Amino acid sequence: MAFEGLSEKLQDTFKKLRGKGKISEADLRETMRDIRLALLDADVNFTVVRNFIKSVQSKAKGESVLEGLNPGQQIIKIVNDELTEMMGGEATTLKKSEKIPTIIMMAGLQGAGKTTTVGKLAKRLKEEENARPLMIAADIYRPAAIEQLQQVGNQVDVPVFEEGTDVDPVKIVEDGLAQARENKNDYVFIDTAGRLQIDEKLMDELKNIKEVAKPTDILLVVDAMTGQNAVNTAEGFNDALDITGVVLTKLDGDTRGGAALSIKAVTGKPILYTGQGEKMDNLDIFHPDRMASRILGMGDVLSFVEKT
Amino acid sequence: AKSRSSFGQKLNQLFANFRSVDEDFFEDLEDTLIESDVGVKTAMEISDQLREAVKLENVKGSKDVQNFVIQKLVEIYDAPDNSENELKLNTDGPTVILFIGVNGAGKTTTIGKMANKYRESGKRVLVAAADTFRAGAIQQLDEWAKRDQVDIVKKEEGSDPASVVFDAVKKAKDDNYDILFIDTAGRLQNKVNLMNELAKMNKIITREIPGAPQEVLLVVDATVGQNALNQAKMFKEVADISGIVLTKLDGTARGGIVISIKNEIGIPVKYVGLGEKVSDLQEFNPEKFVYGLFKGLIKE
Ligand SMILES: Nc1nc2c(ncn2[C@@H]2O[C@H](COP(=O)(O)OP(=O)(O)OP(=O)(O)O)[C@@H](O)[C@H]2O)c(=O)[nH]1
Ligand SMILES: Nc1nc2c(ncn2[C@@H]2O[C@H](COP(=O)(O)OP(=O)(O)OP(=O)(O)O)[C@@H](O)[C@H]2O)c(=O)[nH]1
Ligand SMILES: [Mg+2]
Ligand SMILES: [Mg+2]
Repeated sequence: MAFEGLSEKLQDTFKKLRGKGKISEADLRETMRDIRLALLDADVNFTVVRNFIKSVQSKAKGESVLEGLNPGQQIIKIVNDELTEMMGGEATTLKKSEKIPTIIMMAGLQGAGKTTTVGKLAKRLKEEENARPLMIAADIYRPAAIEQLQQVGNQVDVPVFEEGTDVDPVKIVEDGLAQARENKNDYVFIDTAGRLQIDEKLMDELKNIKEVAKPTDILLVVDAMTGQNAVNTAEGFNDALDITGVVLTKLDGDTRGGAALSIKAVTGKPILYTGQGEKMDNLDIFHPDRMASRILGMGDVLSFVEKT
Repeated sequence: AKSRSSFGQKLNQLFANFRSVDEDFFEDLEDTLIESDVGVKTAMEISDQLREAVKLENVKGSKDVQNFVIQKLVEIYDAPDNSENELKLNTDGPTVILFIGVNGAGKTTTIGKMANKYRESGKRVLVAAADTFRAGAIQQLDEWAKRDQVDIVKKEEGSDPASVVFDAVKKAKDDNYDILFIDTAGRLQNKVNLMNELAKMNKIITREIPGAPQEVLLVVDATVGQNALNQAKMFKEVADISGIVLTKLDGTARGGIVISIKNEIGIPVKYVGLGEKVSDLQEFNPEKFVYGLFKGLIKE
């Protein structure tokens, strides 16, 4: 695998550090270089990496790690804590509206996993709180997008509101919400078409949907395999919509998922869920600490601290 | 902090601030390359080669360094003869083109675009809906087939994809189609069962038409980062990939990862996707692509 080399090297570096009672500036520099490369290889955006390294370096110096006891361990711990912290510390969940319905709007690039995630979230809410959601099919562009959402709806036994592909998505959303209010649905999901954050016309459409729907949550769905461009995507959608959270999909693959760190760093918005497969129950709560280990390419970073 | 400037502008900036080739410069160069998803390994290779050149060939001035870097990238992509790009066609019976790739990469859409292109050029085109798994996948290809005015082989959702492939290949032979495009379900390369399923479909095609599939195209999303390398490696193990279709290049993605794939695995890009419309497909032009990475840097 492409990254094995680098994360193995990082593990070796950590192992070497662990045994040392004292480390030199040179050790620190080498460690920082290995961390930098491992993060870049995990697709963390290079500016984010730069800031991260700076921050770890100054913490290491500030806490005068170099003179302290077990300096190597302290550095590893700082790296791990800092990564976890940057990704949001603790797990967060959806915001709920005081009055029903709670309206959840999806947004993201083409093929990120929005439609699938709508199904997974609806299923989860049904199981957790006996919710009665409605899904609105507001993607009129992708061939068979409505049929896809209807089949997803079928799988999780949730109704889908649709008005075909000739009605403006903003109007579809308005009508769908009216129906949800009438039927007293407690959750409404708005499935939107995939789009590029630089596509002004389609971004305006999302803004208009937001305007009429006043969603409780706006979830940006991002493919965990995304490369350096993750920051531009996240920034673009967040600037336009002021998203409330992120869902990271396709983490069942072998990607290191550095995009998670980049997105969090540029938007400051929490990652709520991760997609772990194509089936409707493959949705997990996001765990920042696990993600930290994954990005570094190590089973469990802290084991490098604890095992003395 | 906005990071909207192009890769070319970044490099320009890098060279504008250029004082001497020192460690800071190398780090900036690596970052600039990595920013376009060229990847750590290839970026390091280029930067190491530059280090050598600085020592041995006295590459020093800003212009020298700039030319050196561009030269290296073009070399990796080594402008191939045009025939490498064109799809191999079977002169004796139907041509079969198998599309594979991870979830949501753009397989179905690319088939929609390509089927239309070949139908317009006078070929008899058949498409096969062998993604029987994903919700709405069959309807999606069906919709494209209608738009493109081409025939489709499909079964109901949940059928065995291998049997769809078998039926489609048979129909292509019996009814004398010129070209058959096979759509498969998206699968992540670490899913062993799904990868085996793909190998099986591939085998059926070869058994029914010796020499087929004439092309196995791996569809790769240009916004994907280093994982695309794993994709290329693992998919290559189950099917003999003949080329890559790089989709979604209409975004701000740089798609530099294809440089790595070419460098490390040797698979060329044949087509690029530039949007969702039927006409948004182009043959890949490596020179244009590499120079595109440096747009703003090179005066045309
Ligand atoms: N392996 C895996 N596949 C996923 C996951 N989430 C979604 N997918 C797959 O990714 C592909 C795209 O998912 P969709 O839900 O259609 O994505 P979308 O964002 O709605 O796509 P557009 O509407 O075209 O923009 C499908 O093949 C899904 O089955 C996940 O967590 N893991
Ligand atoms: N902007 C842009 N979008 C594209 C391009 N190619 C495909 N898409 C979009 O990407 C999304 C996924 O495309 P699909 O063709 O369904 O991808 P797939 O690989 O068949 O997906 P699965 O079958 O679910 O694995 C759709 O919304 C397409 O319209 C492209 O070149 N540019
Ligand atoms: Mg969708
Ligand atoms: Mg498909």
